[in-house]
Formats: sequence, C-alpha cells, structure tokens
Amino acid sequence: MAASSRAQVLDLYRAMLRESKHFSAYNYRTYAVRRIRDAFRENKNVKDPVEIQALVNKAKRDLGIIRRQVLISQMYSTDKLIIENQEKPRT
Amino acid sequence: MLLRTAWRRAAAAVPVAPGPTTAPTRGLRLRVVDHATQSDVPSATATAPQAESELRPLYMDVQATTPLDPRVLDAMIPYLVNYYGNPHSRTHAYGWESEAAMEHARQQVASLIGADPREIIFTSGATESNNIAIKGVARFYRSRKKHLITTQTEHKCVLDSCRSLEAEGFQVTYLPVKKSGIIDLKELESAIQPDTSLVSVMTVNNEIGVKQPIAEIGRICSSRKVYFHTDAAQAVGKIPLDVNDMKIDLMSISGHKIYGPKGVGAIYIRRRPRVRVEALQSGGGQERGMRSGTVPTPLVVGLGAACEVAQQEMEYDHKRISKLAERLTQKIMKSLPDVVMNGDPEHHYPGCINLSFAYVEGESLLMALKDVALSSGSACTSASLEPSYVLRAIGTDEDLAHSSIRFGIGRFTTEEEVDYTVEKCIHHVKRLREMSPLWEMVQDGIDLKSIKWTQH
Repeated sequence: MAASSRAQVLDLYRAMLRESKHFSAYNYRTYAVRRIRDAFRENKNVKDPVEIQALVNKAKRDLGIIRRQVLISQMYSTDKLIIENQEKPRT
Repeated sequence: MLLRTAWRRAAAAVPVAPGPTTAPTRGLRLRVVDHATQSDVPSATATAPQAESELRPLYMDVQATTPLDPRVLDAMIPYLVNYYGNPHSRTHAYGWESEAAMEHARQQVASLIGADPREIIFTSGATESNNIAIKGVARFYRSRKKHLITTQTEHKCVLDSCRSLEAEGFQVTYLPVKKSGIIDLKELESAIQPDTSLVSVMTVNNEIGVKQPIAEIGRICSSRKVYFHTDAAQAVGKIPLDVNDMKIDLMSISGHKIYGPKGVGAIYIRRRPRVRVEALQSGGGQERGMRSGTVPTPLVVGLGAACEVAQQEMEYDHKRISKLAERLTQKIMKSLPDVVMNGDPEHHYPGCINLSFAYVEGESLLMALKDVALSSGSACTSASLEPSYVLRAIGTDEDLAHSSIRFGIGRFTTEEEVDYTVEKCIHHVKRLREMSPLWEMVQDGIDLKSIKWTQH
C-alpha cells in the first residue's frame, strides 16, 4: 500500500469530524470533535512515513468506532442537556 | 453498501416512531420553566410561559461514577452479542475466544500500573478488591500478625472491613490526617508494630481529591516488612502509577471510575515477593483460587479497554482537567468571599474540587443547583444527613462541613459546562446568603464565635 499522502490524511480528518458531529449525546459529540482536532494538530509535524502510516491506520479504526457509536447514540438518544438549549447547536 | 443504507434507514426510522411504547427508559427529566433563565430578555414576562422543557442536568459528579467511553462500549459489544462463551470452557472455540479476550484485558490492566498480568485478579469492583486485600491478608497471617493500620479518611468499605476484623479479634490503628488531608509519615512509622501485617492508605481521596505520598509510604512499609495496600480506584488511569516504583503490594482498581463499565474491578496482588491472601469467595478455583466465579468477559474486556484508553489519554486529560479546574476555582473564589477549598492545594488531583461556602447550607445549595448533578461528600454517605467523616477528619468546623459541595471534572466535561456551573453557583450562593441571618450578622461585623446562643 502506498504511503498516505497529505490529501488522504486531510480526507480522513474531514470524515472523522463530519461523522463525530452526529453524536446525539452532547458530551460525546464535543469530546470527539475536540479530540480529533487536537490529535491531528499534535501530529502535524510527524515526518517518519512508518509512523505516519501507523497513525493513519489507528485513525481509520477510530473512524469505524465513531461510525458505530454514533448509530448507537442515535438509536438510544434521550433528552438534551440543559446547556444545549442555550448554546448554538453543533459546537 | 446496500446493507449499510438499510441499517442507516432503520436507525433513522426508530426515533421518529412515537407510539405508546416510546423510550422505556427515559431517565430523570428536569422540568424547567424558562422565565428564571432569561434575565437579559426584556420581554420575558410578555412571552407566554414556554412549554415545560424536559432537559437533563449537566453531569459534574465524576467521582461517583463516569460515563462509558464510546471506545470502551465498542470493545464490549461483540462479547455481549456474538462471542458469549464462558472463558473457563476449555473444550470449544467459544470458550477459547472468550478466554483470549479475558487474558488480553488482563494484559491491558497490568500495563497501566506496571504489573505482570499474572498479578491481576478480576473482581466485581473496588469494594470487593478492598475486602479481599484487607480481610484476605489479615486472616492469612492471623497466627503471627494481629495488627493493621489504615487512615480515618478511607472509603467506607475499607473502614467497614477493618471494623469487622476488629470483631474477629484484630487490632486496627486508624491514623489521623493533617488539616491538609495528608497523613503524617512520622505517625505512620511510629504506629507500625512488630505484629503489623498490613497498611492500607488510599491514593486519591474520593471526597476531597487529596493525593497521599504513596511512594514514601511504600518505602516505609517495605523497609519494615509490612504489606502495603492502596485503594487506587480514583487514581488509576488519571495519575501515573507504578507498583514497583512505589513499592505497592496490593492495589484496588474500579472499572466505573475510569470510564469503564459498572460491576467490574480488579485487584493487583504482588507475586515477587509473594503476598498470600486467603480467598473470600469459594468455588471452582478461578482467578488463581483467589476469586472463584465465572469471569464476566464483556465487563473485563470493557475494563481492559478503559485502562488502555486511559493510558493513551492520561497526559491530555490531565492537562485539560487541570485547566478547567483552575478556571472553576478561580472564577468562584474571585466572585465570592468566604469560600474554602478543602484539602491540600498542592498534593491534589485537579478533577475533584471540594469547596465549602460559609453561611450557606450545602443541601439547599445542591437543591438550588438542580440543573447540575453535584454532590456533597461521597455517594455512599449521601443518604444520611451527617456531614462527611472525611471533612470531620481534616478538622473542618461543623458549619463549614455542612456547606461543602464536590465538583467533579472529567474527560468529557466541557468549558461551557464549567462556566454554566460557576455562574449558577455564584448566583445561588449570593441569593442564599442574602436570606441568611448569619450572613447579615457577619456583614455587621459580629464575630459568630462570640455569640452565646440561648435555648428557648
């Protein structure tokens, strides 16, 4: 498999953020979005292709986790938190 | 592809269908009438009262329990749905795959605390682990050693185990703590007798968040050849722990305090030098004979996943939680006078903040802060009206002990939640103080301690 290009990493980043915004639970949604942004930002300067590939593989697995958990979150959704009423939807 | 779209359609269809059988487990609803919250809307009285919205409170009580991390749930589900074998079945693939998962989880727990997987025994939670550690060690060495040492700020299960051992004829020393909540090491040294078998000191206190000097205590215990047990339920996965560096012989781990499932925990029992423990639960000899009973594979897989996630996220979480804790305490202390933080400010886990608001009754403040899930003191003592024994042990005055609130900040707590909590807290404390006659007297310069309260 060819080494992951910058474009692929960005696609992965966008896909993960897009998926995370569908979490029905406020705490999970905000955590996922925040953590994804911080993780990609933290690893922005990694140069070693082996390390980059390992990180990309982990991100792909995490994207799978997010997709499944988003579905479960929506299936068992409940009332919103008091704070969601006041802030703009989808932080 | 086709399957996925069908799945998506099914998932989208479910919340739409109302019907009489909606949401069998809707949980606690909060009926909020919005007129109080819209203080900056001038026409608040003109608008018709909003439909009573059913919104859930914010969760700021992570010391009581934590939500499941989605990564943990994802690891558990296959073992609840398909891989349901008994890990102790040796004759078929269902048993083998379940056993492999259990051993993998054991490795994950062990690597979080720097232990060997053979030293980890799965239990039903930290309470059971504490019982095994204290009663098991005491009873095994009963013939030669009859003395145990613990502290006054331990969790109820530790104190209760010690009390039941006293009824069996053992002697227990309950060490006092300093005003900071930390034990005096010299007192510990002088309390160790030739017939002491065990010292039990918790790593991070669940009510005030104080961190005990575990490495020093471990050093003292190992030099005096006494076993050292620590209840690390609130500390595992949050601060770095190493059982070899800190010379810990036994450690209790709880699943639901580290974003794992409820009903599972583990106990670390050192093998080199071997710590012998008398088993509490008899049966088929599972878990090296120390805890018989089928190991619940989905739960231990969850515990293992929670430990692995905690190991990866420890630094990030600690940095974030420290920042949020600083924000919460600074904002409250800046806006309100006469607020005391209980517990040593330096040797302190940031995610557990216990504040006493003078001249305000704690219960009424909790009732007023109905949009935020908080507690005053630990969950296991919250049913009684007594002020917490931990606060009493650190020498807090009766009246301050009654006015304490514990704020818990965890992995999923957001800045908005902290700001909302702070704002409501300040508002209600000010309101309650306005109503308090004691506050009035203090404002007039009267020293409350000089008053002679008469009976009539």
